[in-house]
Amino acid sequence: MSDEPHANTRFIDPQSEEPGFFYRPEVIRNILRGFYAICALLFALDFIFHRHAYVSFEGLWGFYGIFGFVACVALVVVAKGMRVLLWREPDYYDDSADHPTHKHQHKGSGH
Amino acid sequence: MLDQIAALGATNPLPPFTLFFGAAALLIVLPHSLRFLPWLLTPVLAAVSLAGLEPGMHTRVSVLNLSLELVEVDKLSLMFGYLFCLASLIGGTFSLHLRDRMQHIAAMVYAGTALGAVFAGDLLSLFLFWEGMAVSSVFLIYARRSNTSSSAAQRYLVFQVGSGVLLLAAAILYYQGTGSLDFTSMSLDNPAGVLLFLAFGIKAAFPFLHTWLTDAYPEATVTGTVFLSSFTTKVAIYALARSYAGTDLLILIGVVMAATPIFYAVIENDLRRVLAYSMMNQLGFMVVGIGIGTDLALNGAVAHAFNDVIFKGLLMMSMGAVLYMTGRIDGSDLGGLYKSMPVTTVLCIVGAASISAFPLFSGFVSKSMIMAAAVKENYIAVWLVLLFASAGVFHHAGIKIPYFAFFAHDSGIRTTEPPLNMRIAMGISAALCVFIGCFPGTLYSLLPWANEYKPYDYTHVVTQMQILFFSALAFVWLNLRGIYPPEIHGVNLDTDWLLRRLIPSALRTAVAPLVAAFNAGVALARRTAQRLVATGRTYLAPQYEHAWLTDLGVMAAVLALGIAVLLSY
Repeated sequence: MSDEPHANTRFIDPQSEEPGFFYRPEVIRNILRGFYAICALLFALDFIFHRHAYVSFEGLWGFYGIFGFVACVALVVVAKGMRVLLWREPDYYDDSADHPTHKHQHKGSGH
Repeated sequence: MLDQIAALGATNPLPPFTLFFGAAALLIVLPHSLRFLPWLLTPVLAAVSLAGLEPGMHTRVSVLNLSLELVEVDKLSLMFGYLFCLASLIGGTFSLHLRDRMQHIAAMVYAGTALGAVFAGDLLSLFLFWEGMAVSSVFLIYARRSNTSSSAAQRYLVFQVGSGVLLLAAAILYYQGTGSLDFTSMSLDNPAGVLLFLAFGIKAAFPFLHTWLTDAYPEATVTGTVFLSSFTTKVAIYALARSYAGTDLLILIGVVMAATPIFYAVIENDLRRVLAYSMMNQLGFMVVGIGIGTDLALNGAVAHAFNDVIFKGLLMMSMGAVLYMTGRIDGSDLGGLYKSMPVTTVLCIVGAASISAFPLFSGFVSKSMIMAAAVKENYIAVWLVLLFASAGVFHHAGIKIPYFAFFAHDSGIRTTEPPLNMRIAMGISAALCVFIGCFPGTLYSLLPWANEYKPYDYTHVVTQMQILFFSALAFVWLNLRGIYPPEIHGVNLDTDWLLRRLIPSALRTAVAPLVAAFNAGVALARRTAQRLVATGRTYLAPQYEHAWLTDLGVMAAVLALGIAVLLSY
């Protein structure tokens, strides 16, 4: 099994062509607006309809939304802290001498 | 019993796994153009033969003085039997383009041994299939043919064979204690039960015993990982459900499994390794379900195992397709692939929605059973951790995988969709994810225990949507604020650091002076002996001369070999 790219694969400079649909600023803006609207609606549902609560505190308004948001922020912040302790160079275990990641060391961004 | 064997003999003379072994033998000689025949026919024929089995049927064989139950059918083994037929059909379809005879044969044998393991009625038969799975599956890692994959495969094999050795030891102890080899419910109050628990625990990726999974699965071949993620861990879940249902310790173990790997998944760059961590997280849910041990919890655990094989397989396939086409799998190297691979993108998102348990997708109808069982039995703290883990799954598997591969920053990679067979395999899985999510009755009808669970009601759908959308909101917010950690190349230390770094270096440090002292001692002894021999030559008969020195030499060699084996891990 080779890790070489398939013959149909090529590499271009992304700046050289028109940005794709999901990279257009107005598309991103509209997707985010729709997304925020759904979040707001889901949050508002707690104030409109009664839902069944199995555990006492779970019945609180917005419990699930707040829990999901806080849990994920905590997850990412803690994980980011773990990286300080646990991150090592790709060749840390020296058996990875032929790993493809060695050939291109550029650091990507999260965006 | 005899009439049952006779009935089985009349309708179904062969255990289902033999079809796979026969197909593997056929693959040795079949040319590439005909490989699709065994891959399509074997799973279908095996499923048809399973349909002819009834709970309670046995196939016995006598070996030496032991009577082995090669096949023992119940609803639990039947469910996993169907699942493994389905998984091998999907995995086989996904690998049809592959021109590597070794991998085809290894995968077919691996599927057969997994099927054999879930029908094994005694511990010795289970051991044979257990080790068969280890030995056949390792070739799917070796087949990447790189130094990295070879050393990962060696570490994988140490864990897998170690698990088998524990199983064999447990079987022997159990036989001595009870005079039976029956593969049935066990307890942790005797050594045999503890050893068996550990043997299952290694393959189920219990914390500290899990590193073979996150280490080796991402190093396997594009197609091999799909098979790997379908069988080994799910056989372990089956075995735990069969032998340790209701064992409280499993709840604690499962909670740790569900909660800890998601942190690693967030900072891991290799997207197939993200999925490996996410697999451990999903296994955690199943292990909690088995630990709770009520009908609802057990049904939830095995239903989730069923769904996990399909949606995790789908995610592994979509990332495998990305690796196959671009030669890259690190999130930092990818991005923008939706333009070149729109079909793969959509199928990947279906897998992501399923693992995240979106309503109308398969994960929703099984994970919720485990959550509901935890609440019902009043394990509130457990339920809260699982809720946290659920939010985390959506974050790292549901959003991160499709986002960094297909969207994020445009990497400038332009490619095409993967081969047709890969798209068909992913299409089958995606269709099943949606079908099971919309019509859970089909899956529920296979469940081994009494089931009255209804996944769809207003509260459940709305609360699930709330937790998912607000998890996504956290992702968006963290990204817009620049808090989200960027994908970077590197290694994140896991507990295998103990095995790969700390213990070897400690051993080297501790053993080096001992070895030096030993060598010096041997040299001194040899010099002294030579002097003695020289002095004594005149007194002793020549034939005794070096006999004891040879013994010493052999002992030294054995000791040195032992140390060398330890250090070479």
